[in-house]
Amino acid sequence: MPKLIKGVGCPYCGSSCDDIEVLVSDDETKILEVHNACIIGTNLFHHANDATRPKLPRMRQPDGSMKEIPYDEAIDWMAKTMLKAKKPLIYGFGSTNCEGMSAVGRIAEKSGAVLDNCATICHGPSFLAIFDNGYPSCTLGEAKNRADVVVFWGCNPMHAHPRHTSRYSIFPRGYFTQKGQMQRTVLCIDPRETDTAKLADHHLMLDQGHDYELFDAFRTVLRGFEIPETVAGIPREKIKESVEIMKKAKFCMIFFGMGCTHTDGRNHNIDHAISLTRDLNNHTKCSIMAMRGHYNIAGPGQVWSWQFGFPYCIDLSKGSHAHMNPGETSSVDLAMRDEVDCFVNVGTDAGAHFPIQAVQHLKKHPFITIDPNFCMASEIADLHIPVRIAGVDEPGVVYRMDNVPIQFRAVIKGLPGVPSDEELFDRVYERMCELTNTQPIWLAAKEHRKYPHNPVVS
Amino acid sequence: MADGELIVKGGYVVDPTRKIDGEVADIAMKDGKIVDKVSSSAKVIDAKGKVVMAGGVDVHSHVAGPKVNAGRLMRPEDKLLSGTCRSGMAQKNGYRMESGFSIPSVFRTGYEYGRMGYSFVMEAAMPPLLAPHTHEEIHDTPIIDEAALPVFGNNWFVMEYLQKGEVENTAAYIAWLLKVTKGYGIKVVNPGGTAAWAWGLNCLNLNDNVPYFEITPAEIIRGLIEANEYLGLPHSMHLHQNDLGNPGNYKGTIDALKIAEGIKAKNKFGREQVMHSTHLQFHAYGGTTWADFNSKAKEVMDYVNKQKNITIDLGCVTLDETTTMTADGPFEHHLHGLNHLKWTNVDVELETAAGIVPFVYDPQSKVCDIQWAVGLELALFAKDMNRTFITTDHPNAGPFTRYPRVIKWLMSKKAREATLGSFKHKDKVIEATNIHGIDRELSLFEIAQMTRSGPAQCLGLKNVYGGLAPGMSAEVAVYDLNYKNMPSDPEKIEAAFQRAACFIKSGEIVVKDGEVVSNGHKKTVWVNVKMPENPQVTRDVTQAFTKGTYTMNLINYPVREYLAPHPYVIDVDVEA
Ligand code: SF4
Ligand SMILES: [Zn+2]
Repeated sequence: MPKLIKGVGCPYCGSSCDDIEVLVSDDETKILEVHNACIIGTNLFHHANDATRPKLPRMRQPDGSMKEIPYDEAIDWMAKTMLKAKKPLIYGFGSTNCEGMSAVGRIAEKSGAVLDNCATICHGPSFLAIFDNGYPSCTLGEAKNRADVVVFWGCNPMHAHPRHTSRYSIFPRGYFTQKGQMQRTVLCIDPRETDTAKLADHHLMLDQGHDYELFDAFRTVLRGFEIPETVAGIPREKIKESVEIMKKAKFCMIFFGMGCTHTDGRNHNIDHAISLTRDLNNHTKCSIMAMRGHYNIAGPGQVWSWQFGFPYCIDLSKGSHAHMNPGETSSVDLAMRDEVDCFVNVGTDAGAHFPIQAVQHLKKHPFITIDPNFCMASEIADLHIPVRIAGVDEPGVVYRMDNVPIQFRAVIKGLPGVPSDEELFDRVYERMCELTNTQPIWLAAKEHRKYPHNPVVS
Repeated sequence: MADGELIVKGGYVVDPTRKIDGEVADIAMKDGKIVDKVSSSAKVIDAKGKVVMAGGVDVHSHVAGPKVNAGRLMRPEDKLLSGTCRSGMAQKNGYRMESGFSIPSVFRTGYEYGRMGYSFVMEAAMPPLLAPHTHEEIHDTPIIDEAALPVFGNNWFVMEYLQKGEVENTAAYIAWLLKVTKGYGIKVVNPGGTAAWAWGLNCLNLNDNVPYFEITPAEIIRGLIEANEYLGLPHSMHLHQNDLGNPGNYKGTIDALKIAEGIKAKNKFGREQVMHSTHLQFHAYGGTTWADFNSKAKEVMDYVNKQKNITIDLGCVTLDETTTMTADGPFEHHLHGLNHLKWTNVDVELETAAGIVPFVYDPQSKVCDIQWAVGLELALFAKDMNRTFITTDHPNAGPFTRYPRVIKWLMSKKAREATLGSFKHKDKVIEATNIHGIDRELSLFEIAQMTRSGPAQCLGLKNVYGGLAPGMSAEVAVYDLNYKNMPSDPEKIEAAFQRAACFIKSGEIVVKDGEVVSNGHKKTVWVNVKMPENPQVTRDVTQAFTKGTYTMNLINYPVREYLAPHPYVIDVDVEA
């Protein structure tokens, strides 16, 4: 009899919906049906059934071909390669669980690596703004239960986070917002006429790249000063009207996306947005939130902040202390300057996302990809190690875009012999300790470790 | 876990639980417990000429969880002041990298508490929805045993039940929540005020109305004391009062303390208080503005001294650059309005909020200096040191790594005068406070009461921590201080408490000569209340999830077992 599993988390976008229902085969190896998820989420679950998913590591051969090798051999190679490297770079973590992010910390320390995550190419500017200005935010339930004015600035949830608007931000009937969408005024600020813009009550179609000026105009108006007739292509009256709406709100919620972080102004845009939020709190209640892309991309920022004090761009190569300086210790910059001599791509696809020159530099040195599937990064790698999929065949904690930890479960059994990220990193760490003749340090988290493997390589 | 047999020999033992004050004695340990004697093959630690105390117990500190971590994330500059770097030896031996000053990383947190000889710390505010985060940090923190107090004072269920006078339902909800969050007891932060903050408002007065919920802070406090005693929890209701940090708030503070009058503690853990009022320093202010701001420590302590069913902790200002963080969301917004530094806020649906603002307690600021004096005065006016505990409300008034400095100030008038003398506005500070006229110097015995036996009893853990009687957990700290010949230089007192000569945690040597030598085997302590299911509460909770007031699925709300891998569970039985 197939089993229906309820309350499942979707391992795709930053909405991290945990109301998915998945019908699995009696032997818990196949996903038969997926309910409640959007089309992207549904596809992701079905994709896990793919019979061609890799089950063994593959090592590049002298003739350029890839050859399957046992895990022990891959682990040994990875441990030795990373120890040998002067400055390995471990990057990714958009799509894996926090257990893996925590485990990789040991390897990074041991090998003196730079530890970075996908924020470096998406919401890194938001981190810079938070360092400068803080982050007055809330959980998504606050938006749902209270927000009567919702602003989407430089983001298009209708495409990027399909169920965001129905679960949290526009449509749902919350505790103090029983009338749902009827009770909410939606503003969309975007140079394009996106599907989110079409849904909005007010679309401010600003000139591309002029977000900073527009934020500035909003704040100026809010503080009671005059502004020019048009700013960023938006008429003064429209700006005044929008500010008035936000100011009169009982609870104003601002969501911003990569349209702000990746246009002229970058972190300064976010800095301004945060100041606008702060200013609005002198009139009413206002919160702001970054539309984080992947279901657990908020995770590494959390895990590494409690381990190392920084959310990203963490250089551990000094051995004595962690050092963060985006621009200097950020993945793409390091790669462009050819400063790393070993690259480990985890749960993302640097092959597809990094500038080509960066990838070319990285390719000069050992290139390891850890990913459940084939992707560009796996195909150009010297070593590809497949792992289980967090949220599908491996449980674990993930942080939703509002930093709410959600404990994902596994819905099917993992492929036999394929480890989780955590298990893989623990085994690499153990091997590193053997190679360097040191005692592994597990702390309480690992005292009853699931994987007290015997020495993996004799 | 034990290193077999151990014996700490020949030290001056200071153990208030057995009224031992400086007697030379041996402390024997076996299998993680203190015992009467051990065999001659036991490992010997020579403590001759040194002070031997139980491991320290911290009753209130923000060390793990979402707001602590938001503070770490938003303050890269806090790492510049880290101090200790990982030495080559630490690197080789695999000790984890340390970072952060006012909000240290989890590794540094565990190591620093260890180096100071502390066994247990209570994380003072856990938002229930975010409990898995708190536990993830706790299990990544080495050495020190930890528990966490979920916040209840602005919780919708609590306010609704109490508004209708339903103490039993409140208690049943609390029992459920402690279980699913693996929490320890009832924390109350700015009752009603934080709920009001969700609409940008606050409750500064005990009799203010909480918007929508039609209840007052005073009613929430009283109701939660009653629920606490109904359940007979090991710890009492733990209160962060309304109107924190404002001039003239001491009257409201005493009014809130009065709510406990006539209520008796009911529990099997030897706890005597029904209210723990935390970081009292922030609540003992006179004056009407910052201009005539002054100390009312004496007035507040006069009340506390005669009211036996109250315990307090100090919340001493240490005159450092630090990071304030509290579930008192409206206060942080207010503070940000004063200092204009960066501000982070986290409102949590149905439950609570939190705010974070960096703060510089500048010794050249009159107000900061008065705050410094208030914290110390509370202790110096206290009559019962077993009800008065040393904290800095870490990191709010200063980092926990400054406890040794607070101890120095409390033990030495000379040290206090030296600090006072360094102030630019010394005369104004003297005028606004009592500190200059106080000659009292606390003894080692009193310090042990304030950091060991007292907090352990207050938390209902006096059979485990805070003393050196046979049967208790083998938590032993050795400090390089000669009881018979205390140093005339107060700096030596601070230095001795900063770096224990030796610290034995659960029967294992984890610190030697001030250096960490083991990552220990830390435990997560939580309270499991066993009581018959309450159908009304089950229905109400379920509905909040199924109707979608929460944005999470109920099935994913309880903290999973593996997140607290080394649990120490305290069972509490409540009869129907
Ligand atoms: S909105 Fe995002 S998390 Fe939700 S089902 Fe779709 S892809 Fe998954
Ligand atoms: Zn506190």
